[in-house]
Amino acid sequence: MGVKVRIPTPLQKLTGNQAEVICGGSTVRDLIEGLEGQYPGLKERIYDEAGKLRRFVNIYVNEEDIRFLEGDGTSVKDGDEVSIVPAIAGG
Amino acid sequence: MSFVKGLKCRECGREYPKEPIYVCEFCFGSLEVVYDYEKIGRALTRKAIAARPPALWRYRELLPIDGDPTVGLTSGFTPLVPARNLARELGVKTLYIKDDSTCHPTMSFKDRVVAVALTKAKEFGFETVACASTGNLANAVSAHAAAAGLGCYVFIPGDLEMGKIISSLVYAPKVVAVEGNYDEVNRLCSEIAGKYRWGFVNINLRPYYAEGSKTIAFEIAEQLGWLAPAHVVVPLASGSLSTKVWKGLKELHKLRLIPDLPTRVHAAQAEGCSPIVTAFKEGSDVIRPVKPKTIAKSLAIGNPADGYYAIQTLQESGGTGETATDEEIVDAIKLLARTEGIFTETAGGVTLAVAKKLIKQGRIPPEEPIVVCVTGNGLKTQEAVAHQIGQPIRIRPSLKSFEEAVGSIQ
Repeated sequence: MGVKVRIPTPLQKLTGNQAEVICGGSTVRDLIEGLEGQYPGLKERIYDEAGKLRRFVNIYVNEEDIRFLEGDGTSVKDGDEVSIVPAIAGG
Repeated sequence: MSFVKGLKCRECGREYPKEPIYVCEFCFGSLEVVYDYEKIGRALTRKAIAARPPALWRYRELLPIDGDPTVGLTSGFTPLVPARNLARELGVKTLYIKDDSTCHPTMSFKDRVVAVALTKAKEFGFETVACASTGNLANAVSAHAAAAGLGCYVFIPGDLEMGKIISSLVYAPKVVAVEGNYDEVNRLCSEIAGKYRWGFVNINLRPYYAEGSKTIAFEIAEQLGWLAPAHVVVPLASGSLSTKVWKGLKELHKLRLIPDLPTRVHAAQAEGCSPIVTAFKEGSDVIRPVKPKTIAKSLAIGNPADGYYAIQTLQESGGTGETATDEEIVDAIKLLARTEGIFTETAGGVTLAVAKKLIKQGRIPPEEPIVVCVTGNGLKTQEAVAHQIGQPIRIRPSLKSFEEAVGSIQ
């Protein structure tokens, strides 16, 4: 069944306008590698040239920010939900 | 007439047309409005500004709308109060309170950003507007949407102060209280925004919305006789306000409406939610998100979107940052009320408490003019001080009872 990944609007051009895709992997990093295979170009939007997560990208595993978990080494399993969300202002 | 050229990514510089978009498709950087300053310079003079009504739209050329303003026509232009009693108490020569606790119609600086955001929403043809909010933004969106005849959804954390919930509900929007903190509300809203065609003021209208905050800086300079103060202390939640105050002052300087720009912008956060000030103090290039724990709920954003730009603002302007504990916040609210007769909400308590600290530490020298930005009204967060301001003196309706009571308290 894989991991359900929610794709933010700015990246949906790469996923053929799909807002949710299913992918496999054991960590967040794996998952994004997998997505890159299915939707080429997606990885470079999320990681910078140095291979670090871009600073304005927030990733959540089951609604928890991965920076409170183990970053992109956070493990994921079948049935988990992952959200990729651009940072947004507020108040 | 429009003075806006388009949008541009703050990170990679890619350009975008004027649309309801907020983030660069390539690097997730936030999009910023680009103006034609030459054209603005020909239209915007001190004289032209002086002839306009006392509202934030008097700086219309520096705001990102194409037509005439249609929402929040009476918002902004709040008093710049010379705070002589407070200055004496803090041992400084000149201190002003920029008092947005009186902003029309919902008594916080959010009326500024929403006036701009909803005017823009109407230009884009949105029929429903929405926001994620710690309270004040929800109040402003609800009130302005009612007046503008727009549908309205506001999303708030489940544990907000009653005053802030009532101050949204009364305008009859759909108020959605989410079980979670603001950062969780915000994440949810960014997913909702992707699915519904609404004008989300802090999401797809963000580049336009955020520009409204510049008007605080414009007003401060105009009210000082077209001068920039030496120090401005602002509260930080997402960090946007500090960057826009600085941008506003830089624009006035570029347009030669102020002769020079000596201002240092200082940042105030609550100790229980200080990801930006902590990163600034540590000289870190990473802002670590936090789970907020503070009475200053309007500043309780643990994952601040504009944090990096806020740090850049402090560095560029030569400012600094400090934090205030819950106790210091309450003390500062009481101090402002006692000395100047201004009742601020917790965010104003944070800002004044930090200003006090910076003065004490010598980082704001006592002889240099200081402006403290009070961004919201204490009537909305009465719980924060309710048990720390004493009780009424209870008497029977007789002179004897009054004199006994007065005798005992004198």
